[in-house]
Amino acid sequence: MNKKAITWVEVKRQRVLLIWAAIITVYGIIFHYLPLCGWLMAFQNYKPVTGLLHSQFIGFDKFRGLFSDASFIRVIRNTLAMGVINLAVTFIMAIVFAILLNEMASKGGKKVVQTISYLPHFLSWIIVTGILHDALSGTGIINTLLVNFGCIDQPINFFAHEKYFWPIVAFANVWKETGWNAIIYLAAITSIDPSLYEAAAIDGAGRWAKIKHVTLPGIKPTIMILLLMNVGNVLNAGFEIQYLLGNGLVQNVSQTIDIYVLKWGISQGDYSLGTAAGIFKSVVSIVLIVICNQMAKRHGEERLF
Amino acid sequence: MDQTSNILENVAFSAKKTREVATVEKARKRKRISGADLAFRICNGLFMIIFVVVTLYPVLNTLAVSLNDGTDALRGGIYLVPRVFTMKNYVTVLQKDNLITGAFVTVARTLIGTLLALVSNAILAFIVSRKNFMFAKQVSLFWVVTMYVNGGLIPTFLLFKSLGLTNSFAVYVIPGMLSAFNMLVIRTYMRGIPDSLEESAQLDGAGYTTIFLKIISPLCKPVYATVALFVAVGQWNSWFDAMLYNRMSSDLTTLQYELMKLLSSVTNQSSSAESMKNSNGTVTPTSVRAAATIITMLPIICIYPFLQKYFVTGLTLGGVKE
Repeated sequence: MNKKAITWVEVKRQRVLLIWAAIITVYGIIFHYLPLCGWLMAFQNYKPVTGLLHSQFIGFDKFRGLFSDASFIRVIRNTLAMGVINLAVTFIMAIVFAILLNEMASKGGKKVVQTISYLPHFLSWIIVTGILHDALSGTGIINTLLVNFGCIDQPINFFAHEKYFWPIVAFANVWKETGWNAIIYLAAITSIDPSLYEAAAIDGAGRWAKIKHVTLPGIKPTIMILLLMNVGNVLNAGFEIQYLLGNGLVQNVSQTIDIYVLKWGISQGDYSLGTAAGIFKSVVSIVLIVICNQMAKRHGEERLF
Repeated sequence: MDQTSNILENVAFSAKKTREVATVEKARKRKRISGADLAFRICNGLFMIIFVVVTLYPVLNTLAVSLNDGTDALRGGIYLVPRVFTMKNYVTVLQKDNLITGAFVTVARTLIGTLLALVSNAILAFIVSRKNFMFAKQVSLFWVVTMYVNGGLIPTFLLFKSLGLTNSFAVYVIPGMLSAFNMLVIRTYMRGIPDSLEESAQLDGAGYTTIFLKIISPLCKPVYATVALFVAVGQWNSWFDAMLYNRMSSDLTTLQYELMKLLSSVTNQSSSAESMKNSNGTVTPTSVRAAATIITMLPIICIYPFLQKYFVTGLTLGGVKE
């Protein structure tokens, strides 16, 4: 807050700002803070008829129920696995793509490639999964290529085998987001002092040496900050694509916490159990963010807060 | 307004300078090309070509399938050019009532939702970017917290239900009106505008409303365009809220949701017979879906290349500084 005392004159002068702030805050309380009260449900035997205020409190029973449910454990494993795989591959791909794009000699080519690279980001997961279904179908391009090059004899039904699911999801994420994620690294690379490159060149650095000793250290703060932000989101890594691509044959590896919440919470009507699963996810995310932030702090790196 | 044009000139000047520096650098680079350099360039060029092909091919392939005869397409082997050209798939899509309703709802939610979100986020960003506003910090914090903590699917679902937002158009545009991320992007941009502009306007007797509408907003066009694009794409692509809240109201479903139903019907092959019924055997669920996919992505493909200079700056500013 401002050091100056709040005087009546100031209030009067800032009344427009105050009125707007009040309206917006009321809106924020309703749509962003009120749902937090719903967390109470996880500790209740919530019944829609009795409502949040009069439902019976049962403590941590629902959480106990969650962790004795083998399918929930599997769901955690899937979420974590896909989250970590996606984070690793999309992260590395974006950095590699940004560096290589930056090294492109032709300015026009650079622009064309960059413009094309954003395209998938703007397509919905519905469209992307539709395209994936086509590309990976029996007569799709992937099977055609594999058969023609003699890698396989028969087309593979990619969506019927558990072992293909995580790689497909990872590839889809890379396809959709590489260009988009690279924007921020490209911006960071552009802001590196050009004299550093000249100095490196005088010291006899080749292209790889320049990338290793100038570009990478130059974008390190950006990498750290984004890594921090994304680590906290590891448990958020996936709902739409898993929901859209999953089927009965691969559900052991495809279902994530969010799908579990949707299934139990909305479809089966066990609001308390669904909320408990949701809380578990939020708490783990926040703990992850805080831990990584502290680690970054200890090592003197960039941090979020 | 004199100062405004001054600033704009400065911006234009620095942009020109950056360009000049880049050209000089390019000329310098061109002078020395060693063997290793050349090899690198060729490999890099190849990588970029593969990247572009992998990115574009699936989209172009869908386009080719959508323009091809449905039964013929089932034989496979269509890559970039349709084998038996037909517009029937598109005609079939455009005759489907639910897709037309979906398209109408999607256009409406994109326009209204984007406008509402832009205005409210701009106002919020304006308020918290005023340095002498007494609650600027508190209001900022109030919103930043929402980025990390949220009630989750079920509490939100129940809240919307009790607010009467289910089976309504409002659920598309009201709950997502304000977002901390968009607010931060606009706020960062607004903070870059010199205070002297506001001060001189205040000396001339302008109130905050005037300052917001006449001084700040005209300068914020680039960041407004960025945020508008983010919100518009989000609105256009969203389907989950339609499925969750408006599944029962057939006149409120969206294009993406209808596309999803089409997709799952093709995947399961369960209702394919039903989709074939109103055709002459030359249209298949797969080809119809390809046409619907193209129709759904067309507006975005047309718009985003023109807005890219905005969102690149907007994203960089918002991302690096926060």
